[in-house]
Amino acid sequence: MARSPRVSEILASLSGGGGDRAVQPDRLCQECAAAVAVSGVALALMTADGPSGGIVAATDGAAKQMEELQFALGEGPCVDASRSGRPVLQPDILATAVGRWPAFGPGVLAAGIRAIFAFPLRVGAIRLGVLDLYRDTPGGLSAEELLDALAFADAATVVLLHLQHQADAGGAQPMLAGAFDDRAEVHQATGMITIQLNVSLANALVRLRAHAYATERPIGEIAADVVNRRLRFDHSDAGSSRQDPG
Amino acid sequence: MSSREQLLARTFVELADTLVADFDLIDFLHLLARRSAELLDASAAGIMLSDQRGGLTVMASSTEEARLLELFELQNDEGPCLDCFRVGAPVEREDPQAMRSTWPVFTERMEELGFTSAQAIPLRLRADSIGALNIFRTGQGPMAADDLQIAQALADVATIGLLQERAVTAEDHLAEQLQAAMNSRILLEQAKGVVAERTGLQMDDAFQAMREYARVRELRLAHVAQRLIDGSVDVPLLLPRPGPPAEPGTQG
Repeated sequence: MARSPRVSEILASLSGGGGDRAVQPDRLCQECAAAVAVSGVALALMTADGPSGGIVAATDGAAKQMEELQFALGEGPCVDASRSGRPVLQPDILATAVGRWPAFGPGVLAAGIRAIFAFPLRVGAIRLGVLDLYRDTPGGLSAEELLDALAFADAATVVLLHLQHQADAGGAQPMLAGAFDDRAEVHQATGMITIQLNVSLANALVRLRAHAYATERPIGEIAADVVNRRLRFDHSDAGSSRQDPG
Repeated sequence: MSSREQLLARTFVELADTLVADFDLIDFLHLLARRSAELLDASAAGIMLSDQRGGLTVMASSTEEARLLELFELQNDEGPCLDCFRVGAPVEREDPQAMRSTWPVFTERMEELGFTSAQAIPLRLRADSIGALNIFRTGQGPMAADDLQIAQALADVATIGLLQERAVTAEDHLAEQLQAAMNSRILLEQAKGVVAERTGLQMDDAFQAMREYARVRELRLAHVAQRLIDGSVDVPLLLPRPGPPAEPGTQG
């Protein structure tokens, strides 16, 4: 997808090299830490109510502790990022965090964390988790680093979406090859499929992506077929049916 | 006052009202897009924002027709919006021939949809441009100087709206703001899909039904979208009166 070549590049490097698929989130965190020049990175699951306690991956002990603190205390930049759907960029925890998060602030400072950049992993109403970057020295992200962190967040969104729904898809391969596509019709089609199949939006998006993968067509084309009512998803073995243009 | 001056004055009053009330960015930008089309005697208008990933995303347009949305999205590859975003100044061409040679793919699609010219006005924030206001007209050539001034004023109001939810004091905060705006827009698209599937309406009509529901009840559009998705607002409630269900296969 021309839209986000960097996201495709990240996903390609994660699915390349074969090996155990379970290590993908770990590799994503490691590559993110290296590319963005931060001390550590963690990937955690979130629900509408807050942290679910699920830490998918963490590059090191401090990153893990950052997530555990937020789960235990129910507050922190990652909680705010997930709730508001916007990144929370805290280049100087010492100066800002103690007032904003009275319990979490001192906790992360004690763990040696001085800056946190939290990116919500959301696709509209689909709330998957957060990608949290930390530094052991204060300092903001440069414009390039911010851009790259956002690309890693998009890649992490794709990874989480498929990890969470692998069970429903009968252990099918996580289809990471396709890039993040945020064209309007993809989201409209997701909304339609959620009604057609009576499944969650996240699941509907996975089904849409899986169909694109299986038919080797761009997801935008499949989405346009759904929106124009040329294609319906159903619970048959084929998973969908072409509609008579009538 | 001429009728246009009256409309202009009314538009700014209306936009100012929106800014101080319970604020919904997407709704605000839709209002702005619709009024821009009216004020500039244009066939359509839309607002595109930088998604902070090097792409431009359409946030609002005067109509939500798929064909028009496609014309915005196409400008991630070429078109006046992309150029305008890059140079931070208004972009247009003197005639259709010049448009075709600058943006061959975009211009062909634009002409297929019945437009003759397109202009892009930057959404400026200090030294940066953060997006563009896109105008589509059936008249040829550049916009009149006073039209261009009005267009820039409308684009500036769009930027103010974007910064409204939270004061922007640093570049980092702008990134946060844009991200939240993108998420609201995606939420809206998902809700349009839910409504379209439940009712058989086309996307544009599904969107109008949501807007009307939100307007009458003085609710935020994003709030209505969220409640439609989680099922706490039942879709049929959106429809003013029960009509015959649309037959599948007659759409698009």
